[in-house]
Amino acid sequence: MGCMTASENTAAISLADVDVVFGLARGDSYKAVERATLSVADGEFVSIVGPTGCGKSTLLNIAAGLRTPSAGTVKIFGEALAALNRRAGYLFQADALFPWKTALENVAIGLEIAGVAPLEARSQAQVWLSRVGLNYFGDRYPHMLSGGQRKRVGLAQVLIRDPKILLMDEPFGPLDAQTRQIMGNLLLDLWQTDRKAVLFVTHDLEEAIALSDRVVIMSAGPAAHIIGDWKVSLPRPRDISEIKLDPAFRDLYREIWAKLKDEVVKTYGTQGGKP
Amino acid sequence: MSRGRLLFLQAMIGIIAILCWHALTSYQIFGRYLLDPFFFSHPLDVALRVVKWFREGTIWYHLAITLTESMLAFVIGSLLGVLIGFWFARKALVAAVLDPYVKMVNSLPRVVLAPIFTLWLGLGIWSKVALGVTLVFFIVFFNVYQGVKEVSPAILANARMLGMSERQLMRHVYWPSALSWMFSSLHTSVGFAVVGAVVGEYLGAAAGLGYLIQQAEGVFDVAGVFAGMLVLAAFVIVIDTIVSLVEKRLLIWRPAVAETRI
Repeated sequence: MGCMTASENTAAISLADVDVVFGLARGDSYKAVERATLSVADGEFVSIVGPTGCGKSTLLNIAAGLRTPSAGTVKIFGEALAALNRRAGYLFQADALFPWKTALENVAIGLEIAGVAPLEARSQAQVWLSRVGLNYFGDRYPHMLSGGQRKRVGLAQVLIRDPKILLMDEPFGPLDAQTRQIMGNLLLDLWQTDRKAVLFVTHDLEEAIALSDRVVIMSAGPAAHIIGDWKVSLPRPRDISEIKLDPAFRDLYREIWAKLKDEVVKTYGTQGGKP
Repeated sequence: MSRGRLLFLQAMIGIIAILCWHALTSYQIFGRYLLDPFFFSHPLDVALRVVKWFREGTIWYHLAITLTESMLAFVIGSLLGVLIGFWFARKALVAAVLDPYVKMVNSLPRVVLAPIFTLWLGLGIWSKVALGVTLVFFIVFFNVYQGVKEVSPAILANARMLGMSERQLMRHVYWPSALSWMFSSLHTSVGFAVVGAVVGEYLGAAAGLGYLIQQAEGVFDVAGVFAGMLVLAAFVIVIDTIVSLVEKRLLIWRPAVAETRI
C-alpha cells in the first residue's frame, strides 16, 4: 500500500486492498473480489459499473458493514469499520419496505427506533413523503403502490435518518426506462440540496455517467477487481434525459464502454450465459 | 355469473338433495325402500328435531359447552404455539435438539390421546380442551416458526441498516411476520379447535354437541344424529365467517390473503 494522502484519510468511504472470499460447500472457496481499492470523498457521487456477478453488490455490503472483508481495510470517515456502518443509509435492489406498515409508517420507523417521539416522527415522515412526491399516499401499504412509488418510499425511508453516506444497490433496476429517468432526476434533486457521499451500484453505464462525479469499472469475476476510474466533469445540476444528448457525455460513454465491453464479453464466456 | 343466479343454483343443489332424500326414504320403489328410514331417517324428522331442540332451549347449553372448549383450545394452543415457535426459530440449537421429538408427537394421530386426557382430566371440559390444544398448537407452532425463519433477507438487512436493535427487530420485523403466518392459518387452527372439542366429547363427556350425537347414536336415534350434525355444521360455518371477518381486518396489508385450509 502506498502512502496515504490527507484526502484519502478523511474520505467518507475508503476501501484498501479488499479481498472477499466466499466459502462454498465441500471446503471450496470462491474469490469474488480481489484487491479492491476505492475511496469516496465526502459529498461525492461515485458509481460502480460492471458485468453481472462481478461483486459490485459485495463491495457495497462491505461498505455497509453487512459483510466483513477477508483481507484489507475499510474506513469510514477515517475510522476502521468494525460493525454495521451506522453513518450509512442503504437502498436495496429488492423490495425491502416492511409490508405490514403503511408508507408513512415505513418512512417514520427510522426515526422512531432512534427514539424520536412517534408524533414528531410521523410529521417528519409526511414531509419526506411529499419531498419524494407521495404526499397523498401515506396510508397505502407497499403492495398498493407501484414499483416506482415503492422506490420513492424506500428513498424517503433512508434519507429521513440523514445518513452521511448513501449506498445504493441497483435501486432502479426493476423499474421501466421512463420511471428510471424520473427516479434518477429525483435522486439528483435530493442530492443537490444536501450532498452526501454516494456509492451507487448499477449495470447501466448511461445511468452511471448521468448521475455521478466518478465512474468506477469492475472486471468480470471471479477475483473481480477495479480496472478503471473516470472523472465525469459534466456540469451540474443535470437533467438525465438532456445530459445524455451532450457530446461530452457521448464521448465519455464511448471511452468507458470500450473498456467495459471486453469484461461483459468475458462474463458470458466464463459463465456460459447468453446475452 | 350474477350473484342471484349463483345463489339460485347453490340453493337448487340443496333442495334437490333433500327432495331425493325425502323420496327415497318415504316411498317404496320396486317394493322396497332404497334408503331404509331406520338408518337414514327422514329430512322432516331431522328438521323437526332441530326445531324442537331450539324451542326447548336444551341445545344452547351444549352449544355453549362446545364453543367454550373450542375457544379455550384455540387460545391456549395459539399462545403456546407462538411462544414455542418463536423460541425454536430464534434458538437454532433448541430446534435441532428437540426436532425429532416434535416430529414424533406431531405424527401421532391425536385421537388416541383422548382417552388419556379423559383419564387425567376427567369427563369435564378440560380433557376436550387438552385434545384441541394438541391439534391447534402444532399448526400455530409450525406457522410461527416458518414466519420467523422466512423473513425476507432484504427486509432484515434493511431493518438492521435502519439501526434496529435486536429487541426492535423482534417487535417490528419478526413479530409481524410471524403473526401474519399465524393468521393465514387461522381457518385451519380454529377448525381444528372445534374438531378437538367435538371428538373429545364424542369419546366421553357429559355435555356438548359431540356428546349429543354420541347419545343419539347409542339409542339408534338416527334423526338425532343427523340433527346434531346439522347444528354442528351450522356452528362451524358461523365460526368460519367470523374468522374470515377478523382475518380481513388484521391482514389488511396483504395483497391477497393466502388460503391454507387443509
